[in-house]
Amino acid sequence: MASLLHQIQHHSVTISAPLALDGGQSLPSVTIAYQSYGALASDKSNAVLVCHALTGDQYVAGNHPATGKPGWWARMVGPGKPIDTDRFFVICANVLGSCMGSSGPASPDALTGAPLGMTFPVITIGDMVRAQAMLLDHLGIARLHAVIGGSMGGMQTLAWASAYPERLASAIVIASAARHSAQNIAFHEVGRQAIMADPDWQDGQYYGGARGPTKGLAVARMAAHITYLSEAGLTEKFGRRLQARDAKSFGFDADFQIESYLRHQGLAFTDRFDANAYLYITRAMDYFDLAEAHDGQLANAFARAKDVRFTLVSFDTDWLYPTAESRRIVQALQSVGAAASFVELSAPFGHDSFLLEVPALDSIVAGSLAASLA
Amino acid sequence: MKLRPDLAIIADAVPAASRALDVGCGDGELMAALREKGVDARGLEIDPANVTAAIARGQSVVQGDANHDLADYPDNAFDYAILSQTLQTTERPDRVVDQLLRIAPRAFVSFPNFAHWRVRLALLWSGRMPVTRLLPVAWYETPNIHHVTVSDFRDLVRTRGIAVERAWYLSGDRPTSDAAASWRAEHAIFLISRG
Repeated sequence: MASLLHQIQHHSVTISAPLALDGGQSLPSVTIAYQSYGALASDKSNAVLVCHALTGDQYVAGNHPATGKPGWWARMVGPGKPIDTDRFFVICANVLGSCMGSSGPASPDALTGAPLGMTFPVITIGDMVRAQAMLLDHLGIARLHAVIGGSMGGMQTLAWASAYPERLASAIVIASAARHSAQNIAFHEVGRQAIMADPDWQDGQYYGGARGPTKGLAVARMAAHITYLSEAGLTEKFGRRLQARDAKSFGFDADFQIESYLRHQGLAFTDRFDANAYLYITRAMDYFDLAEAHDGQLANAFARAKDVRFTLVSFDTDWLYPTAESRRIVQALQSVGAAASFVELSAPFGHDSFLLEVPALDSIVAGSLAASLA
Repeated sequence: MKLRPDLAIIADAVPAASRALDVGCGDGELMAALREKGVDARGLEIDPANVTAAIARGQSVVQGDANHDLADYPDNAFDYAILSQTLQTTERPDRVVDQLLRIAPRAFVSFPNFAHWRVRLALLWSGRMPVTRLLPVAWYETPNIHHVTVSDFRDLVRTRGIAVERAWYLSGDRPTSDAAASWRAEHAIFLISRG
């Protein structure tokens, strides 16, 4: 699986400057794979950074090189879309630690050339953001019109506003949180244990071998996928319907449609994602608590971000990052006097609503981007 | 687009370059007028469709409830707090007024006057809760759970030591006098400040 994945050529840049990591180690140089859409204005004022989620990548729009399917936010990004590439220069970078061309556990060791595997240092959301800032420096973009992201992309957006408030006019945070809850960490730990319990994981040294931890990664994806959907959505889509059969088998085949669906989701995921990258990125999310480095006070994290315009959106069926988490952020922003907008939208799709057809989200994103042009 | 008469009065009275919070801002009609004159206007609104519409217009609006969520704003976060046609819908209007004057030193409060002669007559003649142009909904489904009159509001601010800096009284979209307001005003707008 991973071998196929790593044959794809991504557009990337290697920046030969060290990146000091939150964990204490540092990377001697950083490779960042990225895609851009639209044209950068001559005064470089129209750049919008899109931050992707856990299993997302830089292929926001256009077709994905591994799956051939449209990019993960093709409905949001493109000519005439809410993030209008006729107006904005849209950048999306594969996050540090991921597997679509940026520095991560599959990257070669500088000395031996062998994949780093688990010797790649543990990274954080803050490290991902610092790597993105290095990319923008490389591109000569001092200030962004906006940073936008859903889920883990929203965490990066919050970290951007906290760390580099002078470098963005607007922050749009969708279906996200300023910290991982015990429940969030718990689901991720199930996924990581599934991967590490797979004998083919081999302590992460499976690159180039015949077998990788596809079974463990598929189970991790199955568990996580449940958290992205709502109970009502699952019931409507699958109910207790049986899969291509008239009666229960009294065995352990995928009798139910939901079982078949999850198995398919798990398996398909292993074609496009690397198990070690999944370990590293879920760890980064679990370590995320924006208030932690600010005396535990979330408001302090935004003390310098008074002039950033914030837009936060949650979904009523999202139980992974529920509305209360967005409200906490809004309260912190209000207490420092930052201009904040917030709405809880009604959508049936659970956490995944940010990726799906929710017309109100489109008008909010378009309106928020237009507002900070003024 | 023509503003509702009470909103036009408020839009006119808020000075340029000030900071204002419109509590119950709807889809942002007043905020749009305030922004045009350079006011840093932000909003609080309970209805998500209205919040969405306001954000889509480029405004800063938080979905929330005037009964509970005003507590999230720090003291003196704004120069003006605005509560138009909403006081009578709140659980505890007295506490909401206190919150407005905590968030900002000055507040505009507007409400339909329940002692307008048409309301008095309707109650007197029919013996039923009045349904009028400004109060168009039957008693059992009206959001107006705390009907208030011009005299009631004057009493409330007096007993709480709140100063009335200015008041406007409207009959239709025409002004009516201070003295006649109790009977003739369909609508009252008060600019109040900490006493």
